[in-house]
Amino acid sequence: MLKELVQKFASVREINLMRIKEAKDTGRKVVGIYCTYCPQELILAAGAIPVGLCGTSEAPIAAAEETLPRNLCPLIKSSYGFAVTDTCPFFHFSDLVIGETTCDGKKKMFEIMQDIKPVHVMQLPHLNNTQASFDLWVDELRRLKLRLEEELNVQITDEEIWKAVDVINREKKALKAIFDLNRADPPPISGIELLTVAWSRSFSSNKGEMIDNLNGLVKEVGLQEKTISDPAPRVLLTGCPVGLGSEKVIRLTEELGAHVVAMENCSGYKTLDLQTDTAGNDPIVALAEKYLAIPCSCMSPNSYRLELLNSMIDDFRVDAVIDLTWQACHTYNIEAYEVGKVVKQKGLPYLHLESDYSNSDLESLKVRIEAMLEMVEK
Amino acid sequence: MIGIGIDIGSVATKGIIINGDKQCRAMVPTGWSPRDAGQAIIDQLLDLSGIERQEVEHIFVTGYGRVAFEQADKTITEIKCHARGIAELYPEVRTIIDIGGQDSKVIRVGEEGRVLDFAMNDKCAAGTGRFLQVMATALGLDVSELGQSEEPARNLSISSMCTVFAESEIIGLLARGNDKGGIIAGLHQSVGKRVAAMARRMGIKEQVAFTGGVAINLGVKRALEEEIGCMVIVSEACQYTGALGAALLASQL
Ligand code: SF4
Ligand code: SF4
Repeated sequence: MLKELVQKFASVREINLMRIKEAKDTGRKVVGIYCTYCPQELILAAGAIPVGLCGTSEAPIAAAEETLPRNLCPLIKSSYGFAVTDTCPFFHFSDLVIGETTCDGKKKMFEIMQDIKPVHVMQLPHLNNTQASFDLWVDELRRLKLRLEEELNVQITDEEIWKAVDVINREKKALKAIFDLNRADPPPISGIELLTVAWSRSFSSNKGEMIDNLNGLVKEVGLQEKTISDPAPRVLLTGCPVGLGSEKVIRLTEELGAHVVAMENCSGYKTLDLQTDTAGNDPIVALAEKYLAIPCSCMSPNSYRLELLNSMIDDFRVDAVIDLTWQACHTYNIEAYEVGKVVKQKGLPYLHLESDYSNSDLESLKVRIEAMLEMVEK
Repeated sequence: MIGIGIDIGSVATKGIIINGDKQCRAMVPTGWSPRDAGQAIIDQLLDLSGIERQEVEHIFVTGYGRVAFEQADKTITEIKCHARGIAELYPEVRTIIDIGGQDSKVIRVGEEGRVLDFAMNDKCAAGTGRFLQVMATALGLDVSELGQSEEPARNLSISSMCTVFAESEIIGLLARGNDKGGIIAGLHQSVGKRVAAMARRMGIKEQVAFTGGVAINLGVKRALEEEIGCMVIVSEACQYTGALGAALLASQL
């Protein structure tokens, strides 16, 4: 039954493609997003559909390399490749694409992407502990609101924003409940299933329905019979974002007999503890606070990520940590040093992997993961 | 319990059979077929020890060819096998530097061969046996001729880390009439530097053992000691460390 429910999530992408096409025919607008910093609430409040855009597959990278340098993060190349080859239907249907100045690669790629689609780039500050940064980010949210109003020809009211805040808060809560199921031993959901659910969610055009499905999944797992404790190593994955198409490390780890019980990355737990505060009177300020707290490696310093990892290791009873850096992602690559220290201080094996979307290094990834798992053999 | 450990490397396949306190070992070139090489090792080991195949309880296999070998009761990574092998030979060792045909690794070990941490280079030929192989060919030598003799005090430092560029660099050095001895010393230093950097990044704790096929090369050993600033131990059976670890695990010792 769990399998079937997860399968339902796997088909979200396809089903929503049709829905989005129909919605567009009736005049609804679609806004494409790439990153967890994008304040989706404003898009919802504008009555448009926010959709996650593709960037997790090797397929369009060769085409992207006709324009972009080879030695660039595969996520950036894949995102651009899908756009330039017009093979991501969600990009195709997007009326506007939103980007952020997270890392240098993305920032400069978005400039080139403007030739294909209107891209609105938000200036994300890289310090999250100064007033000036916060003020800038509030301004950037207001600027995005204006752009959405102009581009989509709507008026965004505070009331609509608060409604959207509530929807996204509930969605995060529901998704967190699913991830938290894996605190149990044995973990009821495999890493691949978890990824399927979390990643597919971003393609949904109907948030209300998605929240119901997420809650349904939690309920279903709650009904399952508890099985006996499982001695397989429990692995936590952190680092760069992973989606279906770039899930090779999760797959290899589970093929080698371990459980990927938790993911700290963007498709995982990174933002799930962050809820927009609804007590204030300016929804833009409330949103700015939430989004600036996201522990991405493009922030400096990024101490909340280390705290989050620290508590996740305990909460999910983790035996070993894999930190995945996509090739040429400097921020995650350098931050690996700090992450390694945190993990080793807790006495756990820490494996830092650098890879791309190709399959050329499967064997060498495998030997490293295997050796790490041998270190925790119970 | 009688156990066999086999290490199917990119260049050579090594095997050890353990029967109580008796051991036999054998080595063959891996060639094109890891499977044939593994089989040849089993035949030789049984021959040498006079033990029948049925008497062997477990065959544990390690090395890059381990997955291709169906007779394995279990496959184990080189990392764990090296740690186990060294624990038997030199229980005081805390850092293992292994340079094989196509990769190099640094392993930090605790007591009883427990792996504490490891780093591995298998993406690039620099700092591996492959690098020396290519350079030996460019010098018109066999790789076994490198690192046998006392080297001159003055080495010609090779600046390129990349195998392709280093090759043209030494061809240039030869053309300008430099002597081979100095070039060889420079090559050894280059390998030592590369691997020492990986070791330092992880943290070196004494004692240090040097294993793998390249460990028989005295020039690399010297260069490595210079770069990491301490003595390294090379066992007379340094190439067999992985196979020994696998055999010990297979015979549950
Ligand atoms: S890792 Fe950072 S930049 Fe990349 S998607 Fe996540 S939040 Fe955005
Ligand atoms: S993985 Fe790193 S380099 Fe790639 S887009 Fe995200 S932050 Fe930028």
